[in-house]
Amino acid sequence: MEPDIFQYDFIIKGILGAIFASITAGLAGTYVVSKRMVFLSGGITHASFGGIGIGYFIGINPVVGAAVFGILSALGVEYLSVKQKIREDSAIGILWAFGMAIGIIFIYLTPGYTPNLMSYLFGSILTVTNADLIALGLMSVILILYFGIFYRTILYISFDEVFARTYSTYVDIFKYITTSLIALTIVLNIRMAGVVLVISLLTIPPNIAMLFTKVYFKIVLWSILAGFIGTATGYVISYFAGIPVGATIIFTLVVIWVIAKGLSQLLLKFKIEKL
Amino acid sequence: MAYLFEMHLLSASYGTITVLKDIDFKVSENDFIGVIGPNGGGKTTLLKIILGLLKPVKGEIVFNKELLSANRIGYLPQISTGDINYPVTVTDIILSGLMIGKGIISRMTQSDRKKAAEVINELGLSAMAGATINELSGGQMQRVFLGRAIIGDPKLLLLDEPGNFVDTTFENDFYEKLRALNKRMAILMVSHDVGTISAHIKSFACVNRSLHYHASNAITNEDLLAYGCPIQVISHGDIPHTVLKHHK
Repeated sequence: MEPDIFQYDFIIKGILGAIFASITAGLAGTYVVSKRMVFLSGGITHASFGGIGIGYFIGINPVVGAAVFGILSALGVEYLSVKQKIREDSAIGILWAFGMAIGIIFIYLTPGYTPNLMSYLFGSILTVTNADLIALGLMSVILILYFGIFYRTILYISFDEVFARTYSTYVDIFKYITTSLIALTIVLNIRMAGVVLVISLLTIPPNIAMLFTKVYFKIVLWSILAGFIGTATGYVISYFAGIPVGATIIFTLVVIWVIAKGLSQLLLKFKIEKL
Repeated sequence: MAYLFEMHLLSASYGTITVLKDIDFKVSENDFIGVIGPNGGGKTTLLKIILGLLKPVKGEIVFNKELLSANRIGYLPQISTGDINYPVTVTDIILSGLMIGKGIISRMTQSDRKKAAEVINELGLSAMAGATINELSGGQMQRVFLGRAIIGDPKLLLLDEPGNFVDTTFENDFYEKLRALNKRMAILMVSHDVGTISAHIKSFACVNRSLHYHASNAITNEDLLAYGCPIQVISHGDIPHTVLKHHK
């Protein structure tokens, strides 16, 4: 009865993966979208590929390498743009490609065949290990606690940093912690959606939510819900259609966004109050 | 009148560029001072020093600790500091004025919310309490940021170019509000528009690297020239016009 055990495992992984991915991506994504950090997040994602390559080469878990690269690149962009006066978007562009280059070089140098490379680029639920799921679950708990406890501090710093500095000496620390947590969230979700697609997992759900509400914590809640529906549906479709799961999830999320956009236009037309 | 703070021979610089040099300046309770001067003359830097965002390189600023602990300064920045498309409501923005002294784990209490509702009501924003800022007009936005500055009952209110985001219909209303607030707090207002503010303030400070205090609200081009403040006085009568020379 091996296929049944395999299927059961597949379903559990799918459900847990969808729950954790939508929680982490919803919390981190709302921050990223509100603060207009989408390009920075894209840079972090691609730069972390360098860590995946080095991970393969020296034989450690590639996710650990990616996490180190992700956080370093996030802080590196801050350092280059603030301290070295390099334009932020240029700094992102440089680290983005540099990380990819490092990744490709080290994967090329790694002896033998590297079967999981495609799964890192485009995501694959099949290669998600229990350790990956536990890490993503832990990340969900950490993010819920972090944003729950420090909600107003984080909200106000990200809305108006200059004003926040007039009453708080913790502005920079909070910025670094939040950015690092976002880098970690991205890296852990790479297993689900892949380097190329993961940024959409963060950006599409908040944009669906923002069609219906403009209040920060409501955006978070609706994003998590939209993310879960998109991820779970995409997962089921990919299973039955036999197509790659990461791409199917993103495709499903965009379809939901288009439907939601139409719905919000209808609500507007009939002057129905916001949710 | 008890003083709120005093600056003694204070200098400030960004890297090697000295922006303020040897400033002696004192602000007392119920002052309403217009801070004028050319762009790049150091007006905003002066506010940064008072807010503690920038440390003086020389000299000192002494606060009257009884009247002016850190949470007793309200600040209305130029509009550009906040992202006006950020998903945050009017009530939440005004509540952020209470973050001073709350620490990092900041919960808003029932009385904080009541206080916010009072300020919102006082500023005529009740209908917009749950709206996000990008749904507001320029004048309403300005009132929201003014609300954030005054919710903590400050003893000193700092305004940085409030004229920048005024719609003219609200302008008089705004200065009327300031006049009322001046009864319970000193106001320091940075502006490059001498003509508009002169009717509302009690005295001037001209800032152009140095600072000259002018203890009345009437100021002429000759005064400005003598103070080294090369800006034009523009009078806003029925027809706005530049006052080239003091004339009858």
